Amino acid sequence: MREKIKIEFKNTGFWYGSKQILFGVNLKIYPKKITALIGPSGCGKSTLIRCVNRMNDLIPIAKIDGRIIYNNEDIYGKNADIIELRKKIGMVFQKPNPFPMSIFDNVAYGLRIQNMKDKNIIKQIVRSSLEKADLWTEVKDCLNCSAFGLSGGQQQRLCIARALANDPDVILMDEPCSSLDPIATAKIEVLLKKIKREKTIIIVTHNMQQAKRISDYSCYLLNGKIIEYSKTEKMFINPRNKLTKDYLDGMFG
Amino acid sequence: MFNYKTKEKLIGLFFSTTGIMTLLILIGIFAFLFVTGIHTFSEITPTDFFLGEQWNPAAYGEPSWGILSLIIGTLMMAFGSLVMAIPMGLAGAIYLSEIAGTKTRELLKPAIEMIAGIPSVVLGLIGILFLSPLISQVFGLSHGLNALTSSVIVGIMVLPTIISISEDVLTSLPNEFREASLALGATKWQMIRMTLFPAALSGIVAAIMLGLGRAIGETMVVLMVAGNAMAMPTSFFDPVRPMTANIAIEIKEVVTGSLHYEALFAIGLVLFVMTFIVNFISDIIIENRARKYKW
Repeated sequence: MREKIKIEFKNTGFWYGSKQILFGVNLKIYPKKITALIGPSGCGKSTLIRCVNRMNDLIPIAKIDGRIIYNNEDIYGKNADIIELRKKIGMVFQKPNPFPMSIFDNVAYGLRIQNMKDKNIIKQIVRSSLEKADLWTEVKDCLNCSAFGLSGGQQQRLCIARALANDPDVILMDEPCSSLDPIATAKIEVLLKKIKREKTIIIVTHNMQQAKRISDYSCYLLNGKIIEYSKTEKMFINPRNKLTKDYLDGMFG
Repeated sequence: MFNYKTKEKLIGLFFSTTGIMTLLILIGIFAFLFVTGIHTFSEITPTDFFLGEQWNPAAYGEPSWGILSLIIGTLMMAFGSLVMAIPMGLAGAIYLSEIAGTKTRELLKPAIEMIAGIPSVVLGLIGILFLSPLISQVFGLSHGLNALTSSVIVGIMVLPTIISISEDVLTSLPNEFREASLALGATKWQMIRMTLFPAALSGIVAAIMLGLGRAIGETMVVLMVAGNAMAMPTSFFDPVRPMTANIAIEIKEVVTGSLHYEALFAIGLVLFVMTFIVNFISDIIIENRARKYKW
């Protein structure tokens, strides 16, 4: 039986102007698993993840080659629909970035941009998304309050709920816990394990313990190249590559 | 020469004097307007003054003191200019901050701000020599000195204020809003309309209010192109005589200390109060929004 693959990077290279960030990345992302991208700062983790929903398109000097296959189609192909792609591939950012709106409007945003008019359906989806993000009980009495009144961890879960409201297929997470305290981080980790039953998750993290705790697959990047990619337990117990071992042992990074 | 403590004190004194001076000047202006203007109401009832349609202080026998037509002239000119400047200003601001490239923006923004530096008398000339003949031809009027012409020219004058401030507000929005919105699958236009615009609204309203304040107070242009007829305007094709123009025209002819003189100051007081209210409203709007969604 052929193994199922959600996203496949085929020889992906990436440049900011003349500076090359990613070198011939080949990577297979498996469905309904958590794949962690680890590596020292500046190794290209965030750049890699931002290729998947084409957020790098916003940078005028960015250039990409190779292919990234999602649902049997190259997301950089001629007929690629970026808007559709971003609806299917959600993203949670490093710093919680709710909109300056109410909690409800934040979660409903994705539905509204899809021209959903039915208020009852919107209410339903907002509720279920907040429930899935373990935030509903904390905010249900104040859905019209400003999203900025929430704590950092709550804001980040709100951003997860906002992404879930689009019912995406894949969720990209760019160091989602880096600005949070350990308790808020633990809550998000529990949440991610729950979400992966339905969605594919790619998470960038500089916290190796976090990668170890939550991910199924780990990919170690160094200077824009993949050094090692395997099942997390395998990599953390018995890394094949010496560079990986040095990094995991805390020799640098 | 001095030790640092004396120096600190002197510096502190200098800045506080300057600050207090500004306040004193403002209070002084208001007091002067108020004291001179308020006399008017000992001889003219406020009802006659504010609701009288006829302004004719120089008439023999029975002069009339109603400034309603002047107020309406000011309002028509001010709102007419906003009707033109708001859509253009917002479109320009959105273009500059979200669509134009860095180089275009760096070129265009100073150019737009330069419009603000054009002396109003020059714009008035353009109004008389170019725009008013055009408008009279297009609409088949006997002459083109009317509320519409002055609205257009004053609209051009307030345009840089609205564009420049709105653009600053939009540009200063955190980039996270843009990323978050696009990452959810929003198109650029949806991002602008549903995220950036609401987030920038308080600043944009402030920009519009500043423009409105400027339009209300504009004198030279309206003096030149508004027609200045002393009759109640019924449409934008009628000449209007805004309060500012009225003061400028008549102050040269009145006897100092006469009722007419005082009435002109009362009009100045009304202008002052109008701009004050405009600023006050915009402050409230800004405060409210800033309190609700602070980031």
